[in-house]
Amino acid sequence: MTLWALLLSAGLFALGVVGLLARRNLLLILVSIEVMLNAAGLAFVAAGAAWNQADGQIMFLFILAVAAAEVAVGLALLLQLHHLTGSVDADAVSRMKG
Amino acid sequence: MIVLFAIAGVVALVATALAISRTNAVHALLYLVVSLLGVAVAIFALGAPYLAALEVIVYAGAIMVLFVFVTMMLNLGEAAVRQERQWQPGRGWIGPVVLAGILVAALGWVLLGAGPLPGIHTVSPRAVGLRLMSEYAVGVELASMLLLGALVAAYHLGYGLQLKQRGDAARVAAPKREEVAR
Repeated sequence: MTLWALLLSAGLFALGVVGLLARRNLLLILVSIEVMLNAAGLAFVAAGAAWNQADGQIMFLFILAVAAAEVAVGLALLLQLHHLTGSVDADAVSRMKG
Repeated sequence: MIVLFAIAGVVALVATALAISRTNAVHALLYLVVSLLGVAVAIFALGAPYLAALEVIVYAGAIMVLFVFVTMMLNLGEAAVRQERQWQPGRGWIGPVVLAGILVAALGWVLLGAGPLPGIHTVSPRAVGLRLMSEYAVGVELASMLLLGALVAAYHLGYGLQLKQRGDAARVAAPKREEVAR
């Protein structure tokens, strides 16, 4: 049972990596990061359930907090990108200054 | 219960695959909500009902509202409007609704005759809370500081945006900032 949970977690994480690499829309890149964080949390819960310990669920709570913080800053940056370049294409800001 | 986990896992994988392959951002977000609900059901099947509720409330609720809100704020212009006009009624939302319906049916079927998963122990919310507030108290404080930092950073980035969008506001707000600095 734990094996299946870990396989589901690995599958979700792999889909997140594929989305992160394949998409150039910054909104969908953030979505892919969410999927990956969620998959990592699922793995923690599965491990905690397998050993009958509460630590897995506590780690999931921390991942929840990190995901919320990451989304807030990421979406603010997305708004700035849209304001500066008029698009949400991550390649629009591929050049550094200097 | 093992059937519930299998159904939830398949729904989550399918919804995620559809979410990362949509060209329309709103469609992708709809599928992502279904994916998060699927993971929540899987977590419920793994003996963590408290976290399943939190996943629905925080991930599928609060974080998704942020995404949808920003998508609306972006207002991608004429192209998006034309795209919206082209939508056939019932085409965009029918996939997520079907997947969510499968999840609800599976959950209702299990709740009628629920039994614990083989080889899985249910960890009670009480045990989680006790450890969280004793051994992991430092982690809770660090998480609160992280959230405060994210709040300040998001406010800062959004504040600059407002100044640039409204020329009048910039002229009014600029002296105020200097006063605050003094």
